[in-house]
Amino acid sequence: MTRTRQSYNGVALVAPISVPYKRYSIETAHWWIARALKASLDAAELRPAQLDGFSVSSFTLFPDSAVGLTQHLGLSPRWLDHIPMGGASGMVALRRAARAVQVGDADIVACVSGDTNHIDSFRALLSSFSRFAMDASYPYGYGGPNANFALLTDRYMQEYGATREDFGRICVAQRANALNNPGAVMKRPLTLKEYMSARPIADPIALFDCVMPCAGAEAFLVMTMDEAEKRGLPYATLAGAIERHNAHGDDPIQLRGGWTIDIDELYEQAECTPSDINLLQTYDDYPVISMMQIEDLGFCAKGEAARFVRDHDLTITGDFPHNTSGGQLSAGQAGAAGGFLGLVEAIRQVTGKAGPTQVASAKCAMVSGFGMINYDRGVCSSAAILRGTGS
Amino acid sequence: MTNPLPPPPKKDPQKRTVSPTLPPERRSRASLGLSAAAAEGRFMLQVCSACNTLQYPPRDACCNCLSVDLRWEDVSPSGELLAETTIRTSTNLYFRERTPWRSGSVKLDAGPVIICHVHGDVSPRSRVVLWNRLDRSGQGVILAVPEERTPDMEDDPQLRAMTCDPKHRRVLITDGRNANAPAIAEAFANAGAAMIFVGESETWRPNPQRAQLEAIPMVGVLPLDVTDTSSVRELAGEIGGKTDILVNNARFVRPGSVLARGDTGFAHNEIEVNYFGLMRLAQAFGPSMCARTADGVNSSAAWVNILSAYALMNFADYGCFSASNAAALSLSQSLRAEFRNSGLRLTNVFVGPTEDDWHQPLPPPKVQPQAVARSVIQGLRDGLEDVYCGDVAKDMIERFRAGPKILEREMTMGGAE
Repeated sequence: MTRTRQSYNGVALVAPISVPYKRYSIETAHWWIARALKASLDAAELRPAQLDGFSVSSFTLFPDSAVGLTQHLGLSPRWLDHIPMGGASGMVALRRAARAVQVGDADIVACVSGDTNHIDSFRALLSSFSRFAMDASYPYGYGGPNANFALLTDRYMQEYGATREDFGRICVAQRANALNNPGAVMKRPLTLKEYMSARPIADPIALFDCVMPCAGAEAFLVMTMDEAEKRGLPYATLAGAIERHNAHGDDPIQLRGGWTIDIDELYEQAECTPSDINLLQTYDDYPVISMMQIEDLGFCAKGEAARFVRDHDLTITGDFPHNTSGGQLSAGQAGAAGGFLGLVEAIRQVTGKAGPTQVASAKCAMVSGFGMINYDRGVCSSAAILRGTGS
Repeated sequence: MTNPLPPPPKKDPQKRTVSPTLPPERRSRASLGLSAAAAEGRFMLQVCSACNTLQYPPRDACCNCLSVDLRWEDVSPSGELLAETTIRTSTNLYFRERTPWRSGSVKLDAGPVIICHVHGDVSPRSRVVLWNRLDRSGQGVILAVPEERTPDMEDDPQLRAMTCDPKHRRVLITDGRNANAPAIAEAFANAGAAMIFVGESETWRPNPQRAQLEAIPMVGVLPLDVTDTSSVRELAGEIGGKTDILVNNARFVRPGSVLARGDTGFAHNEIEVNYFGLMRLAQAFGPSMCARTADGVNSSAAWVNILSAYALMNFADYGCFSASNAAALSLSQSLRAEFRNSGLRLTNVFVGPTEDDWHQPLPPPKVQPQAVARSVIQGLRDGLEDVYCGDVAKDMIERFRAGPKILEREMTMGGAE
């Protein structure tokens, strides 16, 4: 590739909203998405009719897509997108919306993700998650991605000498962060001892390595900086963003993600290095994946993440603030909203609006996403660097 | 190493019989190729006809060159276990009831990475061989086993859940007058069957094989006439709840084409035994066997029909007999579908001309009773749906696959040049 990608100059991210999660909900994805959208529009003092762009991510909208939602919610956008990319969907939605706003295809785009969680709906979702999962992992007792990640974790531990205590450090730090987040599903402190003695799920994975499926929604708006300033809205800017799908297909087992291919370009576009990043939001469906991101995003060498988490304090007040709202491990995984959780929190952080989870002088945040265990590995990866005035 | 399976304790009639649950059975159409291969115990994967790339999971287009011309081929089942896990809990009921369950990721020497079940005797990060077996839902799944056989490996709970091993199971062989009955009973005794019931019609008539049968350990001869509904029902009332494997070897055979016979007398007998006999047995024994597929170590496991290979394609010298077997084959497909919700396996053993008086005019090769017995046991141990016993049956299925219409011609020409 000889062409240089254009910057995301002039794009503003505003009105970050997290609708507090619930373990089980009798409501639908439509209901959750509507709540997040309304809260985001209210925060920006906008009426639905002023919205001309709409992007949706959800697993449980069936039989609807973004199209059905326009009529259901009474929207008439001139730009519409549906991002079925699970944990990678936040940054993917953002990239597309940012370009639409830059070129004038839309003025104000709402990026919303949300899912419900009924009793037994998670099981139903798993059984038909993807064709390869239906054919080649679900029949083997893989009720969900637990066993998939157990395989990756097993291999990662053997390959790089990481221990369960190392994974535990990530989980314990995130729980400490979550205790500052009133919307988090997990409300009790977690000790390393409790982590180590938790009920085994799929060796070497135990209870606190797994996210809690729940219902919830996240949203933010994308508009021009001029528009945000005109409306007096605090905003984050997008310094760079990448996505990659089905990378490293020849690796027999996943020990790295697609970030490794695009990370240099991301830092180049954002004109910064890992040492400039004030806080990191990784996609943490399992702690091994957070370690993989810490490596692949350039914070340490491959295989060194275990040592990295031993040497750093990952809490809000620590030297390497990570998953400041508790991440999915402690805040909960509301389906596709899991792919927005870190992004929405990062917008709050760099605009100084994170409240009880605010990191001091958070001017530059990195967010990464990872999604879709199609068969034996996560296929989608994405990342973005956001800037703001900080607290 | 696998602990040898101890004989089950006597059943407590006050306890609830565990309801059968099944592993997930939904598959894409492409994936059914794996099930078809497993039905015969073959390890086959899709290979691209254009670039020879092996595909897994099954696809509709090649992941290397986008060709849609993918064919199923026998491939080398050797590989290395990359990573493993022991599943302790699952959202799926079948696995939830059977945890801990070992699973892993195997890099096949031939290329793809396969998520599979892992036999208990496989060492971590070791060389393995992959078996393609039908699970209780009747779909093909892959199991990694050690490269070398290990003692009692068939007793591994994950493997046993996919097979119908006769060990500790109770068997009914429906026709003690068939020339193959003693060999089959003996094979079950050697395979560790707990009880071998052998049916005998018209018990007042001498059965020249009776002493031979009764000399085999665990054998009990009981009255059973498959042409008599009340006789079948009576026996089912007595032993239906403890029949784990049913082998229907009842057969009426006479040579003769339609025109050579001139009447429907023998054809009535053939249909009465070969077709209605199977139906009567299924109606009497099927429901209780279906209800007991999750009933512990000696759960019910399989229904075996011994069919003529001429069920696949009519052989006019035995034209009416062939037709009765074709009817039985069709009925067996209905039963297989009806058994599916319970996980009860239906195995058809297709046999070429057997070494007996009724096939005297035919040239060799002919099938000996011991060969039939070996095929029955092998089919159960490997959990197969279709077993081809003897050279004639194997030859016929190969020709059948190459082209049924060509085979039809070949059957009338005494073998084309």
